[in-house]
Amino acid sequence: MIRTIVLHAAVIAGLFLLEPVLSDYHHGNLARIMVLATYAVGYNMLFGYTGLLSLGHAMFFAAGMYGCAMLIRLAEWSVGPAFLAGVLCALVAGIIVGTLALRTIGVGFMIVTLMFAEAAYLVILYYNEFTRGDEGFTIPQAVRSIAGIDLSDTTNRYFAALLLFAIALIACAAIVQARTGRVLVAIRENEDRVRMLGFDPFRYKLFALVISATMAGAAGAAYAVLFGYAGATFASVQYSIFPLLWVLLGGPGTTLGPLLGTVLMFYLVDYASGTIMPGLAALVETQFGIEAPGLASAYLLLVGVTLVLLVLFAPKGLLGTVRARMIPWLP
Amino acid sequence: MAAIGQLTAEGLVKDFGGLRAVDVTSFTLNKGEIRAVIGPNGAGKTTFVSLLCGRFAPSQGRIAFEGRDITTMPAHERVALGIAYTFQITSIFGNLSLYDNVALPAQRRIMLDGGGTLRERAMAALDRVGLADRAQEQAGTQSYGHQRLLEVAMGLALAPKVLILDEPTQGLADSEITDFIALIREVAEETTVLLIEHNMPVVMALAEQITVLDQGRVLAEGSPEAIRADAAVQAAYLGG
Repeated sequence: MIRTIVLHAAVIAGLFLLEPVLSDYHHGNLARIMVLATYAVGYNMLFGYTGLLSLGHAMFFAAGMYGCAMLIRLAEWSVGPAFLAGVLCALVAGIIVGTLALRTIGVGFMIVTLMFAEAAYLVILYYNEFTRGDEGFTIPQAVRSIAGIDLSDTTNRYFAALLLFAIALIACAAIVQARTGRVLVAIRENEDRVRMLGFDPFRYKLFALVISATMAGAAGAAYAVLFGYAGATFASVQYSIFPLLWVLLGGPGTTLGPLLGTVLMFYLVDYASGTIMPGLAALVETQFGIEAPGLASAYLLLVGVTLVLLVLFAPKGLLGTVRARMIPWLP
Repeated sequence: MAAIGQLTAEGLVKDFGGLRAVDVTSFTLNKGEIRAVIGPNGAGKTTFVSLLCGRFAPSQGRIAFEGRDITTMPAHERVALGIAYTFQITSIFGNLSLYDNVALPAQRRIMLDGGGTLRERAMAALDRVGLADRAQEQAGTQSYGHQRLLEVAMGLALAPKVLILDEPTQGLADSEITDFIALIREVAEETTVLLIEHNMPVVMALAEQITVLDQGRVLAEGSPEAIRADAAVQAAYLGG
């Protein structure tokens, strides 16, 4: 228990201490990564701990993002209340979608969540008069502040992202180490047995889904405020798959896996699109005389290959493998 | 035996498509007894007790527990009332420690009616089956016999009024069976036990009453001596 607390405190302190030493480029990246990792922490609550694979989490991220951003843009709310309203939107969406989708299991649950998310995405496109659809809209720098703190300032933004991530991480660690967490893990392992131990699995699954959706929504709202943009891309299926990838890479059912997975995937995509794929395209052109402009931007190919290798050789993800082989107490 | 039944069923029918798996006109389990349900493979024993504990909904009929109709009550609520079921196929949580396995039912019991700390209750359940010194080991790495005992400990940690055991001695060694019989005798001092069992020496050693099922129907019911002497039972099951 104590080493668990020390470990999480060390990770948060490490992120805190990195702030002044990072270059501008990595500084901006890490702020973004911490917001996305918050999303992944929420996803992991449902997928990693409770064993429910949602293909529609982008709708919760988008509920937070649009709930917050549209109130700022259209109703001229200030950042604080708008952020809270965004989180509330995701929470309510979680309750509604969860109550309906959790009537299904396995593949059914994946399909139903996917369909809800597609519907949400299409709604955002349909009402583009208000949402600006695919193009999205920016939130002016002038309104992006809270209690006099300018959140568009890079240092403030970094610490705001860290605060958000730290809250999500601590909440996740507290829940999964507590009695509720034990029931969630047991549902993942054998739902029927849990029912025959007197627990109502539906209530626990709904709890996990609502917590998960709320964290996703908080990440979405924070993204809008900290980076000043909301767009329909964030509601697309791509953004439902990303948290799955991050969690799979880092280690489903580990508290720190989502952060590790998000960091690695972020830099892999960054490196692949900036260096590897253009280099490969150039190589193909000089060696074979074939122009392959598409190859230079096909970074998703590399992401796909990574995913396949991961599922084949490390299905427990990086920290899951570390836990199985080296550090059994890893939370 | 004029006692009012603790767990009763009337006209209980379960159809799977065209197959009538269970068709029990009347069944009464009395408080404090050890009842064995026996019968050939496919007789509907597991389906029958699954109806009692709520894993399946009956096609027809009524089930009552302590005078209260529980026919439509979901399984987890029946467990809360005090009907515990341990699985035929070992269904422990292999990736969790033994402690976490029994902590789950123990924490449910504490949520329902308080009393005792989680650690006390969980360790007491492990202690009863003799696994307390292995509490922190992973359940999936235990021997089959220990996994069966853990399964029983999970049932005990619920502090049930009726404990339903589905073929608990299947796959156990003879020495383990002797210990198991002693354990169930001890459990039965405060809990009604309903036992599905194939191993006839275990049945004869433990059961006060035996219900024989064949093709979903109650073929005979009575004391072990009466069942042993019953010609119809011998023909159907004991091998004549």
